[in-house]
Amino acid sequence: MVRVVLARIGVGAVLVWLVATATFLLVAAAPGDIASRLADPRIPPEARQRWRQQFGLDRPLAVRYADWLRTAAAGDLGVSWLHRRPVTAVLGRAIPNTMLLAGCGLTLEIIGGIAVALVQLRRPGGLVDRTLAWSSLAAYAVPTFGVALALIAALSYRLDLLPPSHMLSPEGELARGLPRLADLGRHLVLPVLAIAITGIGAMARYVRGSLLDERSAAYVLAARARGCSWRRAIAVHALPNALIPLVTMAGLSLPFLVSGSLVIEVVFAWPGMGQLMYGAALGRDIPLLLGGTLAATIAVVAGNLASDLVTAAIDPRVRL
Amino acid sequence: MRRLPASLSCAPGELRAGIALFVAIAGISFVGPFLAGDPTAITDPSTTSLLPPGTVRTQVDLRDGTTLIVERATSVAGGWRCKRLGEDLLIEASRIAAVHRRVYLFGSDSVGRDILARTLAGGRISLAVGLSALALTLVIGLGVGALAGWAGGLVDAVLMRVVDAVLAIPLIFLMLLVATLMRPSPLTLVLILGASTWMGVARLVRGQVLSLKSRPFVLAARVAGASAPRILLRHVLPNALTPITQDAALRLGDLILIEASLSYLGFGVRPPTPSWGGMVADAQAVLGEAWWPAALPVVLIALTVIAAALVADGLQHAQRRRIAVP
Repeated sequence: MVRVVLARIGVGAVLVWLVATATFLLVAAAPGDIASRLADPRIPPEARQRWRQQFGLDRPLAVRYADWLRTAAAGDLGVSWLHRRPVTAVLGRAIPNTMLLAGCGLTLEIIGGIAVALVQLRRPGGLVDRTLAWSSLAAYAVPTFGVALALIAALSYRLDLLPPSHMLSPEGELARGLPRLADLGRHLVLPVLAIAITGIGAMARYVRGSLLDERSAAYVLAARARGCSWRRAIAVHALPNALIPLVTMAGLSLPFLVSGSLVIEVVFAWPGMGQLMYGAALGRDIPLLLGGTLAATIAVVAGNLASDLVTAAIDPRVRL
Repeated sequence: MRRLPASLSCAPGELRAGIALFVAIAGISFVGPFLAGDPTAITDPSTTSLLPPGTVRTQVDLRDGTTLIVERATSVAGGWRCKRLGEDLLIEASRIAAVHRRVYLFGSDSVGRDILARTLAGGRISLAVGLSALALTLVIGLGVGALAGWAGGLVDAVLMRVVDAVLAIPLIFLMLLVATLMRPSPLTLVLILGASTWMGVARLVRGQVLSLKSRPFVLAARVAGASAPRILLRHVLPNALTPITQDAALRLGDLILIEASLSYLGFGVRPPTPSWGGMVADAQAVLGEAWWPAALPVVLIALTVIAAALVADGLQHAQRRRIAVP
């Protein structure tokens, strides 16, 4: 078991290295070097040359790659061009904010999705089932920015109930303790809802399909034959089995906790990873883009490993 | 192909509804720009910005090439009496080239462009990008998947590790990185989308090839001396068509959503060329005053994705029915 896990971690490390190399080469292979693209064309060539030296762009590719890899492995991702601070520090500030938003959104999405599917399957094919099926299809199909803007337009601009953007209001920024927490909560509602609504649509469709297959399985019939009520047969016998693929799905969405929903963060000006990477892309901040991609890649690999381990732990049919 | 109508008429309702919806959206997006006028035309911003849906205005084309949009115009002796921005003005008949009614069925945006015309023209771009990206994804995915599944061994191992590696990069970050390095255009958009979504197809196709490879009919074809490409195209592919089509339908919906997100973020098609995501981004600035500039493109994106999901669901049901009733 330990050996398998260690081997998987090794494979994961190789994957991260491959991705790091690929993104580095992608940047290096892009037409025109960065010093010539980053700056205003009116900057004199001498200044440009000085920049190249400062960023080390005058050295051969192999040297730059080896250098970058060595420092990256030691946990130093360079200095962000936009923020003028170490990339790790910039990422370190953004990731907790994203985890808060994405964590709340993901939790609500999973609970809501399961709840909707359970309500639907009380009478499959019935009016409630069909109405909810169409609603979840619609929720899945509307782009996240559409949901977000509809929420802002209705609850923020029209009814003036909740703040339309940012994580804290200026007063909340200054406050401490409970008032600060309350302010944060008010700012969380809309982005979390926006993430959850689209997510619940997809999740409910998924759980319903998986539960529909399970409920006609022989073991559910056996439970019913032993005198188990429908409700109990579904909740205790069928649901856990229907949720096994969900663990894989949750594992696959773990990286979402780090990379976050970029669109939602941009719409709501939430100071997390998505917003950061969006700014980095607009400002052509290559070290930050590379660093953020690397951090998110590690999250993907870790998420895959975690979901495999959990699946193996709860499903006796699966072995690592 | 002669059997298509018959097989469609007994197909599940979802499949038919999905195809009909998709064809309708594609049809109006294709024909629409001819009917609804120039989507980039900014005619008379001071009188046409943010008109609500259903507004009727009169358009007065002057001989010097300028265009006025006025609230009301009545024909009087020697010209037209027009009401524009609350004041009356008399325009002599000699200066006027044409006067006609203009209906803003879905309203206008903040610089007075017709939303219906822009949405339909944007649909052309969004659907074309989505469909081309799907084609690219399918070509790469089918190629890699078939090669890995058929060749097996080292080739398979290497290709699947590549798939794992590309899957490990968060899609949206990869797209941001590429969009930063390349100038955005519909072509680069297709390349970015295609290059970052083929892995799922490759895995699916590989699995199908692996499971079909040792079936008697494939072995028979090998014994008969058929070449690998021939077996893959004539014997394996037709048998794997249903899951691949179902996957492709869902993928098209996802691609359209991703394209909309990228355009919304400003990494898609360059303005003034309209795209659904870009229109919503423009509309966001005036969301406090007007909801309608954002509504129509969002609804059309959703309808397209629904159409794709219905096709996928319908194919799955058809498959189940075929298994249930042999």
